[in-house]
Amino acid sequence: MNLNPAIPRDLLLSLLPELVLTGWALVLLLFVAWRHRTVRDLRIAGWLTLLALVSTAIAIWWLWWNRAGVRGVVSMIAADDFRWVADWVFVGAATLTVLISFTYLEREELLAPEYHVLLLFGTLGMMLMAAGADLIVIFLALELMSVAVYVLGGFDRRRARSAEAALKYFLLGAFASGFLLYGIALVYGATGTTNLILIGAQLSSAVRPSAMLLAGLALLIVGFGFKIAAVPFHMWAPDVYDGAPTPITAFMATGVKAAAFAALFRVMYQAFAAVPAWHEIMWWLAVITMSGGNLFALGQRSVKRMLAYSSVAHAGYVLVAVTAGGVAGTSAFLVYIVAYTLMSLGAFAVLIAKGRAGESDVTIDDLSGLAARRPWLAFALAVCMLSLLGFPGTAGFIGKWYILIAATSAGQNTLAAILVLTSVVSAGYYLPVIMAMYMKPEPIEAAHVDVRLDRWARAAVAVVVVGLLLFGVWPNRLFDLARSAGDSVHAVGTTTAAP
Amino acid sequence: MYARWVLTALLAWPLITGVVVLLLPARLAKYVALAASVIEFAISVPLWWTFVPDGGMQFIVDHAWIAAWGIHYTVGVDGISLFLVLLTTFLMPLSILGSWSYITKREGGFYALLLVLTTGMIGVFVSLDLFLFYVMWEVMLIPMYFIIGVWGGDNRLYAAIKFFIYTFLGSLLMLVAIIVLYVHAGRATGVYSFAYAHLLSNAKDLGPVAWWLFGAFFLAFAIKVPLFPLHTWLPDAHVEAPTAGSVILAGILLKMGTYGFLRFALPFFPAVALSQTVQLVIVILSLIGIIYGGLVAMVQPDFKKLIAYSSVAHLGFVMLGIWALTLQSVQGALLVMINHGISTGALFFLVGMIYERRHSRLIAAYGGIARVVPLFAAILTMVSLSSIALPGTNGFVGEFLVLIGAFRTYPLATALATSGVIVAAAYLLTALQRVIYNPLTQHENENLTDLTPREIAVLVPLLVGILWIGIYPKPLLRRMEPSARALIEQLKPGTVQAPPAGAGAGAGGGQQ
Repeated sequence: MNLNPAIPRDLLLSLLPELVLTGWALVLLLFVAWRHRTVRDLRIAGWLTLLALVSTAIAIWWLWWNRAGVRGVVSMIAADDFRWVADWVFVGAATLTVLISFTYLEREELLAPEYHVLLLFGTLGMMLMAAGADLIVIFLALELMSVAVYVLGGFDRRRARSAEAALKYFLLGAFASGFLLYGIALVYGATGTTNLILIGAQLSSAVRPSAMLLAGLALLIVGFGFKIAAVPFHMWAPDVYDGAPTPITAFMATGVKAAAFAALFRVMYQAFAAVPAWHEIMWWLAVITMSGGNLFALGQRSVKRMLAYSSVAHAGYVLVAVTAGGVAGTSAFLVYIVAYTLMSLGAFAVLIAKGRAGESDVTIDDLSGLAARRPWLAFALAVCMLSLLGFPGTAGFIGKWYILIAATSAGQNTLAAILVLTSVVSAGYYLPVIMAMYMKPEPIEAAHVDVRLDRWARAAVAVVVVGLLLFGVWPNRLFDLARSAGDSVHAVGTTTAAP
Repeated sequence: MYARWVLTALLAWPLITGVVVLLLPARLAKYVALAASVIEFAISVPLWWTFVPDGGMQFIVDHAWIAAWGIHYTVGVDGISLFLVLLTTFLMPLSILGSWSYITKREGGFYALLLVLTTGMIGVFVSLDLFLFYVMWEVMLIPMYFIIGVWGGDNRLYAAIKFFIYTFLGSLLMLVAIIVLYVHAGRATGVYSFAYAHLLSNAKDLGPVAWWLFGAFFLAFAIKVPLFPLHTWLPDAHVEAPTAGSVILAGILLKMGTYGFLRFALPFFPAVALSQTVQLVIVILSLIGIIYGGLVAMVQPDFKKLIAYSSVAHLGFVMLGIWALTLQSVQGALLVMINHGISTGALFFLVGMIYERRHSRLIAAYGGIARVVPLFAAILTMVSLSSIALPGTNGFVGEFLVLIGAFRTYPLATALATSGVIVAAAYLLTALQRVIYNPLTQHENENLTDLTPREIAVLVPLLVGILWIGIYPKPLLRRMEPSARALIEQLKPGTVQAPPAGAGAGAGGGQQ
């Protein structure tokens, strides 16, 4: 189904998932305006959110099934497999986040159903980021997502750390947006357009990129660097991830990051593929992000903080895929982000079960002896840890393996070697979690008595574990999907570069 | 028919039964696990007769797995891996039987892990697809990590993580090397596949990259062997692991390193592996392993640590034999690999048995116990002698073949390595004397009980192996020979002497 964005009907059609989600978000907003006092209201809002996400996923599926695409026309919205696959990741991350939020919100007495509305708006922003084929659309989407997440980060407003997290995130995020916007302005100044494909076409014919363009590109990279928490722009990440409510931390580490990466891929490979300068920058960014994230994580005792730093390290692995580029790099990114979303959300879900009201820090030692008391929970966390470590048999390994293939195919053998060496470092902080659960005795009798997940969080964790193991052994379908998505991003760049 | 399912069955059966054991009540675990491992052994035994010694791969099974990357499930065995598979299936029931009373907590988990470990180990030996090989190589890491970490001694956490990180470091670099090879072969031929034969035939023209790739493989395998100075994880892991863990570590896991050299590092990068520099480095490191390992073993107060260091020495012989690349030395190296599995496995069992009675591994805690536990003493003496390589035992055949084979390639190094045999006699016989002879001075030792029928059942198969290989190794050598010959022919064309008419087993058959 070829869509022509000049025709209103086609334009609406190409935005169908976003429209569905917006509609639901508005309905939900109306609902919570009247019903926002009791636990029951919160639950109903949660249910409606799930319904919204499912219907959005169906809309995405419908477009994907009909091979909807904007081909041969310059448009502000891209419609390709890359977008659909990325959208599924965002919707999946949001769904799992809702599932693990039910008990959490009740336990922490956050009886404000607006939580779910914000979650939907955040997801909407992410979907538009993956869809944007124009720098302005990407910027607006980024802001839509960010504003929702700023509020979510500080949702537990009675707790100082949550408020601190929100403020920090907001201030630094605003700076990052400033960088991004200024970068867009400079790029516009240099090329006269903000459309990715038109920029790409211009740059491929230009002999040398102008200084203004390079400055704009650098500012864009800084802006994205903040959002994906690449070292040295990661300073906010540990504090914000640590202070935010745990389900929101999970949402930020997976969905927000995936959205920023999706936009980064599109911008870099559709607009700036012809500019060679940024490859080296990405190379260095990847190296210091991987080493920095892993080394900092090594010193953490709090599991939440450790996962925060580890998410920095994983951003580094994905940056390797960005550096490698090509169809392989793009598909590797998608496979990796699916795996990362699953394993990271799974780990945070177990962390929520272990946490107690008031969000006191759960340290690695607090998990001692969990396996004897809660074998299934410990097993789930162990699978997530092994997957984060990149152990064979799990999806994390498949993702890493794909990134390594992408890197070596692009001639980046050194980068591949650095990736695995930093992964070895990560064993130093993932393994102690397993070690504490299985090899150390319970600190006190009944230390884990109140550790349990409600049935929806349990379903989420079960989905995560099954998904991790399934993709670890049989990733064929995921590959095919990622491969066609990777193709679609690069096909646009090449066909329009020709005329 | 058998040829088509045997390897798959050997891989799947322990995995399935492992899960079953985990789900059953803990008190049934050991019985089911023992039955499963005995059945596993029974499945593997016909390999011995159906194997045709022709130098090629047999029992091949090949299915597409992840087609997008050219990953297949391909397995097969040749004369090099056949005995390692059989050794694995042979040692597993004994390990389970040997843990009968040693493991008292979380039995279900322990036996399930042992069974899963079996799948990983056999998988490493039979994989003919490098992706599959890598997965198996890593898969066996986790069960071993848990076996050491959960059921080990006092210092188990440290030993477990050290074991894990050493192995993980080496294997991840190997992973990059495998992928580089894959991309290289794909570029050269347009066919992207992880198949062993495909990568092997396209590992040429790598230029200086070959040195890096060899280095990565070398590191992974050398850590596993372990070659000096990468051996420091081994004493810790061996000492802290429960008996079955030590037996499997020494008996099988160490062989993965030497097997890796034979199967991958040497054939893939012959130019690098046989360059002067690498030869010099490997020979020197093997020699250091043989002599230093022996000398360090001599001063160990802990019997288990003594055996651990003796492993370093034995594996030094294997490395020397492999790199000498003559027919005798390679066959000898293969034989030492088997023998070490049997003899050192038996030693670890014996130490474990006496530890269960006296709760001490220190040599000084014993003395004169031959009068109290005569049967134990007799078996310990016999096993020690085989480890020292007394003629008439399996140890002699293997080490002697390595030495005479290696002498033609490295005369000086071999002469020095011979001293390792003497050192071995020195440390093991001294230990033997201090443990079972000497006067009986300590009262705690007066009431030790002798071996139980179950323990005898564990040891007798090993003793039979020791004597059989010691007296009549020809059936083994005959099955190894074509593969060893093919390997050497491939690496050093034209250097293998034609077999003397009628003596198919080369020098080996005539040793006794």
